[in-house]
Amino acid sequence: MIGRFLEWIGRPVREVVEHTGFAARSLLTLLGQCLGALRRPALISEQIHFIGNYSLVIIVVSGLFVGMVLGLQGYYTLNSYGAEEQLGKVVALSLLRELGPVVTALLFAGRAGTSLTAQIGLMKAGEQLSAMEMMAINPIQRVLAPRFLAGIIAMPILAAIFSAVGIVGGYLIGVKLIGVDAGAFWSQMQAGVDIWKDIFNGVIKSVVFGVVVTFTALFQGYQAQPTPEDVARATTRTVVTASLLVWGLDFVLTALMFNK
Amino acid sequence: MHRKTIDLWVGLFVILGAASLLFLALKAGNVSSIGSFKSIYTVSAKFDNIGGLKPQAAVKSAGVVVGRVTSIRFDDKSYQALVTIDMDAGYKFPKDSSAKILTAGLLGEQYVGIEPGGDTANLGQGDRIARTQSAAVLEDLINQFIYSKAAEGKGGSQ
Repeated sequence: MIGRFLEWIGRPVREVVEHTGFAARSLLTLLGQCLGALRRPALISEQIHFIGNYSLVIIVVSGLFVGMVLGLQGYYTLNSYGAEEQLGKVVALSLLRELGPVVTALLFAGRAGTSLTAQIGLMKAGEQLSAMEMMAINPIQRVLAPRFLAGIIAMPILAAIFSAVGIVGGYLIGVKLIGVDAGAFWSQMQAGVDIWKDIFNGVIKSVVFGVVVTFTALFQGYQAQPTPEDVARATTRTVVTASLLVWGLDFVLTALMFNK
Repeated sequence: MHRKTIDLWVGLFVILGAASLLFLALKAGNVSSIGSFKSIYTVSAKFDNIGGLKPQAAVKSAGVVVGRVTSIRFDDKSYQALVTIDMDAGYKFPKDSSAKILTAGLLGEQYVGIEPGGDTANLGQGDRIARTQSAAVLEDLINQFIYSKAAEGKGGSQ
């Protein structure tokens, strides 16, 4: 009786440990193959085009709207303290520190991560990866590593574009529509935003999220059973796992970076 | 798609990202503020109380930024705060200028205000601003107000 109860507790714990360890080892294997993949930049550039360029529209549109909403909401809150001039600072800091990297990562998981998982999953279901191995081509180096590197490169670029467009959106609403003084908007922003503490840390965050989201997508695709149902489930798992990891890591990174 | 077309679009994508970062650094973060003063001279001042003054705070005279606070330390000999200031070498101030800690607006940040004196010699590298005025601390102001009210009350009843 007690033995079965302990088993009932122990099994999920062992599974979690096993799964985490397996994912970590896969990440190491993937990182090891990245050097080899760097010798074929054409493959990486093709994937940046697929992952990055095609995500541009959704990133730009979302960034614009997030910035505009921040401008509106920030104005109504700040207005009650008579501190509308701080609007630029509020918009810029929330975008650079949090919303830029996090929302971009979530959109990235939905837009690019899912397609990566489906692609790898179908390649596996169609035995294309096994066929490559038969031809003495390492599928991790040839297929996974270029996508991984492309994700790491594309994600910070997308996050930077998101933040920049968001600030423009906040400017449009705050200055052009509501009528906050343009000089105060920009000067308060420049006084409040630190290059290293805010902008550079935001870039670091987006690189970390790029690694996490791209790896989750590739891992789920590679581990999917070669059936239509499981490829579909793997795609869902990518979005759920990647989003949860992004939230969790964002909290940890924020606590480490902005603890003063 | 053709190899060259892909490279073209990827190049455009990367340049767009670089341009966004540049926009953020210049327009939002003001990269020029890091080394805004080409040449500087360092002066220091001792304050009894600096209130909420922070490093990187502005040093203003007549409302114009003429320097930046670089460091704030506690001097355990005189029990005062030792504030080091980088002054823009383009602006000269008389040796007997005074420094006081002011607040921008009711909720604003604190900054150092410099009032020029009448000396013919100018402040130079390593000089100390001798005449200083501390930050107005809200509790002290309230205390003063209460004491003066209480004194008034006493005077009225007698």
